[in-house]
Amino acid sequence: MIYDVTIDGKNYRLELDRIDSHWQCRLDGREVQIDAILSRRNVLSVIIDGKSYEVKRERTSTDLHLWLGPVRYAAELRDPRSLRSRKGTGADEKGPRKLIAPMPGKVVRLLVAEKAQVEAGQGILVVEAMKMQNEIKSPRAGIVQKLVAAEGGAVNAGDVLAIVE
Amino acid sequence: MRAGFRHVSMFKKILIANRGEIAVRIIRACREMGILSVAVFSDVDRTSLHVRKADEAYHIGPAAAAESYLNFGKILGAARASGADAIHPGYGFLSENARFAAACAHTGIKFIGPTAASMEMMGSKTRARRHMEKAGIPFVPGTSRGLESVQEAEAVAARIGYPVMLKAAAGGGGKGMRLVDTREQLKSALEGAQGEAQRSFGDSEVYIEKAIVNPRHIEMQILADEHGNCVYLGERECSIQRRHQKVLEESPSPLVDPDMRRRMGEIALRVVRAANYTNAGTIEFLADQERNFYFLEMNTRLQVEHPVTELVTGLDLVHLQIRIAAGEKLPFTQEDIHMRGHAIECRIYAEDPDNNYFPSPGRITLLLAPSGPGIRRDSGMYEGWYVPIDYDPLLAKLVGYGSNREQAISRLMRALNEYFVGGIKTNISLFRRILSDPGFRSGRLDTGYLDRLLKTPPPEIKREDAWVAAIAAGLFTILEPDATGAGNGAGNGANAVSEWKKLGRSESLRRG
Repeated sequence: MIYDVTIDGKNYRLELDRIDSHWQCRLDGREVQIDAILSRRNVLSVIIDGKSYEVKRERTSTDLHLWLGPVRYAAELRDPRSLRSRKGTGADEKGPRKLIAPMPGKVVRLLVAEKAQVEAGQGILVVEAMKMQNEIKSPRAGIVQKLVAAEGGAVNAGDVLAIVE
Repeated sequence: MRAGFRHVSMFKKILIANRGEIAVRIIRACREMGILSVAVFSDVDRTSLHVRKADEAYHIGPAAAAESYLNFGKILGAARASGADAIHPGYGFLSENARFAAACAHTGIKFIGPTAASMEMMGSKTRARRHMEKAGIPFVPGTSRGLESVQEAEAVAARIGYPVMLKAAAGGGGKGMRLVDTREQLKSALEGAQGEAQRSFGDSEVYIEKAIVNPRHIEMQILADEHGNCVYLGERECSIQRRHQKVLEESPSPLVDPDMRRRMGEIALRVVRAANYTNAGTIEFLADQERNFYFLEMNTRLQVEHPVTELVTGLDLVHLQIRIAAGEKLPFTQEDIHMRGHAIECRIYAEDPDNNYFPSPGRITLLLAPSGPGIRRDSGMYEGWYVPIDYDPLLAKLVGYGSNREQAISRLMRALNEYFVGGIKTNISLFRRILSDPGFRSGRLDTGYLDRLLKTPPPEIKREDAWVAAIAAGLFTILEPDATGAGNGAGNGANAVSEWKKLGRSESLRRG
């Protein structure tokens, strides 16, 4: 199998095949001797040149992360034979900016009204989760074009709370 | 009621009016003592670990604490239904509620803690200050009554001088607490503190105290039986705090020498006697680097950080709480208490260190837990559990013990590197940073330490294994091609079911 792997933004060409009980592995054309087993779900034990690595996998609906010790690597894996390329839509830098709920919780207070002029870093609303109140701040100076969230309403992580333009 | 000194009758069944790791810890103590345990749970806690660990479990209502864990009727109803003869409140929730202690006594159920009267005296910080003033205990200047108005707050603040600290009289854990530097901030800070106090404790009383800038926060553990005997069990250093929330505690304190320990312990016992206090309790002090200290408040309950004291004294505080509540005498005197070695506790919270420590509830998709020499882990989580948004984000406590501070640190560091919680964010990386910081290692701590540390750029992490990660990405794809990943719990019910099935299968295989 051939994969294009991106780790922290750097691309690798990985050729990986399992023949009986051992692996054939080339990384960017260079041969690597590996011994690998899946220890349990999401945990891999890999031995390379006598060095032992424990690799943990963490996946959400959008991201894939691999952990080696305390270090987290953002990973993306593509099969170059597949026609569909999984590229992000690319967020626009200018124009309207969305305030996204960083965690599920309850909107306890709106600090500004729609159409209000706000500064970058100014609090827009307060979300409470796990008994802590957290102020959600504006990412830029501008006008609050839309307040999607309502006082007392429940929100999920990733929900759009407001749009500042 | 208790006639003999030796032949007290031990409880048969204890209801634990709490949830999470502390409920599990108390259930374990009951098991060890041959006492049946009763768990209570709200709608969102049906899947919580304490429900599985207890002998019996009773549903007590919706997620909102006011309608479940704080509801006298529901808790006492479950106690009656189960035939429990005592209630252990844990910490938080009803643990410092004097009216609840009185309601228990009225119902003929023993409350494992102090009497309602001493809780009333000490539980309100303002009342405690008035009593301690009379007993001649040194404490921080401020009001000993709740503030009636902004005008009053401004007048007191002007008299004692800024900065001042606003504190909820019924408070704890940094809730209803605000540091105020200027008069302009006072009004909104007071309203914020009162609102938070009302929501957290059902009591909006807030008082004012001179803020001692960057003090050390050191507390003394005490135990008192119902026969007039009391002892102190040494101090805990709790200066490592974020937003007035303790995140790391240790015993002994790097500051405290035997002389200071004795002085602090004796003052703590004076507080205990003045309050006619019984069971386990903690006297909190503010201390400066010259080893002066001031009474801050008393916590009339078991503390989150009690394990560090247990490790250095070799005592089990929950066993002793239960024995004292059953009417037993303390089985030792002050001369028998010796501190040996060093213990440090890390509070593992569900929060995101890379995103301003926002709470991070959600499904735990992978859990690898540390063990080995000198490691104690008190945990309320398990793999597959959905951490609810409704309660405190404390997931577990990881405690390292060593024959000295250095060894405790290196064991804890080793264990933190073994600890992995996937699917949600935790503050585990914060502890690696604290424990490897030269400032922390030197032991020169104060309550401003952590804020200062977090303002400095984090140490560079070597990312030299990226190529191994690249190979691992391919290996996972081949070895676990159809793993459904985590999902955030919401909106993927079908996946959740199959994950549970898989988990069940692998569990039963392991047992087989």
